Amino acid sequence: MSELKEELKSKIIEQLNLEDVSVGDIADDDALFGDGLGLDSIDALELIVMLDKDYGIRLSDPKEGRKIFESVEVMAAYIKEHRTK
Amino acid sequence: MKLKREFKIKSYCHIKNQEIWKDGQSVFKGEGAGFSEFAKCAYRFIELSYPKFFKMDNLSKLAFLASEILLKQEDLNSDENNIALVFSNRASSLDTDRKHQESIAVEDNFFPSPAVFVYTLPNICMGEISIRHKLYSENSFFIFERFNAAHLELYSNALLRNGKAKKVLSGWVDFDKDTYEAFLYLVEEKGDNTHNTKEINRLYNIL
Repeated sequence: MSELKEELKSKIIEQLNLEDVSVGDIADDDALFGDGLGLDSIDALELIVMLDKDYGIRLSDPKEGRKIFESVEVMAAYIKEHRTK
Repeated sequence: MKLKREFKIKSYCHIKNQEIWKDGQSVFKGEGAGFSEFAKCAYRFIELSYPKFFKMDNLSKLAFLASEILLKQEDLNSDENNIALVFSNRASSLDTDRKHQESIAVEDNFFPSPAVFVYTLPNICMGEISIRHKLYSENSFFIFERFNAAHLELYSNALLRNGKAKKVLSGWVDFDKDTYEAFLYLVEEKGDNTHNTKEINRLYNIL
């Protein structure tokens, strides 16, 4: 689980082009949206594509993302339970 | 007979070949190859603090940097930012269109990126500049085979004479593969250079 969380942090930084942010800057329970990392709606769509591409998880309703992308901790737990690859 | 109002070019900016010029003077020269690294170094040079910059496509980064060079001196007041944007280029958003096309070319690997897709129109770069400077103004993006000073002059003058804008940021921002070029200039009441086709072409070709 810890490895998955580190992997997610790296992917988030790389795929969302977060300049000047390192893996160590993101705490497991940091909010990804709003006051946390400050991600926006396009970032949310990008994370949905990432779930599909890298973990074989297809969200039928984009609104599900709100809860799943709350933090790296929540994301990792969801991926662990639902991943198909 | 009522004389038509005439306007001036207050300042202008060129970006090409890893270098930025303002009013004909080099202000920044990047080292190394590639636009991506150049844009990052230029961002630091301008002392920008705008993380959204790194999410933009190449065309938007190019337009954003050139506009920043010219607009940061304007001491903009968000209530009075009636600066129209009149841009043009040859390649439209082709550089980003290609990236999007690559992401949907293979059926078994069909993962289009939303962050890329949103830049598959050339006028998005004007949206980025408008958001940055809180411009609620007119904007138009024209596609030409080559730089068309006459059209830009005509369109900018029409906006200014009809009271649609107080200033116009106009010019050329083109990005295609490894080739890029920006030439933007600010048109308003005051300035050292006359705003006409001949002068616009002279400034465009000054480098």
